[in-house]
Amino acid sequence: MIYEVFRQERKGQAFQHAGSITAPNDAFAEAYAREQYGRRQESEALWLVARTALREIHDFPDELQKSYHRVDGYSLKAKLKEARERAGTTAPADR
Amino acid sequence: MTARETEFKDYLQGGGQVETGDWMPDEYRARLVKFIEMHGNSELMGVLPEREWILRAPTLQRKLALTAKVQDEVGHAQLIYRVVEDLGKPREQCLDDLISGVSKFHNVFHYPTKTWGDVGVIAWLVDAAAIISQKALLKCSYAPYARIMKKICWEESFHILHGRDVVLTLVNGTDEQRGLVQEAINRWWGPLMQFHGNPIAAESDPMVEWRIKSQANEDARQQFLDGYVPQIWELGLSVPDPALRKDEETGVWHYSEPDWDELKHVVTGHGPKSQERLDFRRRFRDQEAWVRQAVLTEAA
Repeated sequence: MIYEVFRQERKGQAFQHAGSITAPNDAFAEAYAREQYGRRQESEALWLVARTALREIHDFPDELQKSYHRVDGYSLKAKLKEARERAGTTAPADR
Repeated sequence: MTARETEFKDYLQGGGQVETGDWMPDEYRARLVKFIEMHGNSELMGVLPEREWILRAPTLQRKLALTAKVQDEVGHAQLIYRVVEDLGKPREQCLDDLISGVSKFHNVFHYPTKTWGDVGVIAWLVDAAAIISQKALLKCSYAPYARIMKKICWEESFHILHGRDVVLTLVNGTDEQRGLVQEAINRWWGPLMQFHGNPIAAESDPMVEWRIKSQANEDARQQFLDGYVPQIWELGLSVPDPALRKDEETGVWHYSEPDWDELKHVVTGHGPKSQERLDFRRRFRDQEAWVRQAVLTEAA
């Protein structure tokens, strides 16, 4: 069986994929993972996940081009310029 | 080359990275397997010259450190073979090809470890030469390999320090101990200069084209010379090459042409210790077969 190993380096940090190991069962996987990724106190915690248990997603379609829920969907420059002109003000940095 | 292959190459040249499940051209996969497998073989065979000195280490502390280094290298072999396995070549097959001489391992692991001085010089300078190549592999286009290289480089730094500590202890000792280091450097210099390979131009190296490697062989050798020759000289030790000097204007090191025939001869299994060490692997593979069997039966 192949197990993917995720490693947390310090408390509070995200777990990162570190590599994979081959082991005949969970007990061996645990022993091997401890030896490979924890024997120098370099890890706070490890997650071992059987590769067959992982669900992968690779495609994220955006058929509707939903720019309204992203920051790049908002270009304020021209509108701001117009608003300042109407208000008779200048940009804060120019004052 | 098909349009898809050209597109793939362009993607790599632009810094793109590839994951296990991604589509890749057959040639890219084949080159990855050959290169990474040889790296795995070298880690596995590389412990044998050092293993011989575990029982003869001068102090308990040294024995523990050397054992830890050997464990690290075997661990690297396991991680690396795992990567090869995901590319389609099972570990058992890698081991078969290693012991039958079909695949190769690095030149420096075909030589004897005559004295404790050799142990220090191997851990210091051979590991230093290796870490230069391995650091360049952190940028490898095949991401799973690049990722494990991070851990490998981290552990190699301990090896270099351990080796340098052994060497410093010896040079601060008796004349005889100092002699052990000088003799070891004399023995290892040739193989060390051959280690990074012949100076093939990066533009004509297919390994660079696929961005498996990103460093030209000669660049690696220059980096090694620049980093370590001054460290050897500052200890009052000499390097057995009368032509060795740094051109201060260009920053380039000049040296006698390494013996490329020796390199070829050695890596094809004709080094002084090649067959003995392969025999060792063959013997242990048979001898420990029952352990693998027992583990798999137990787990089933």
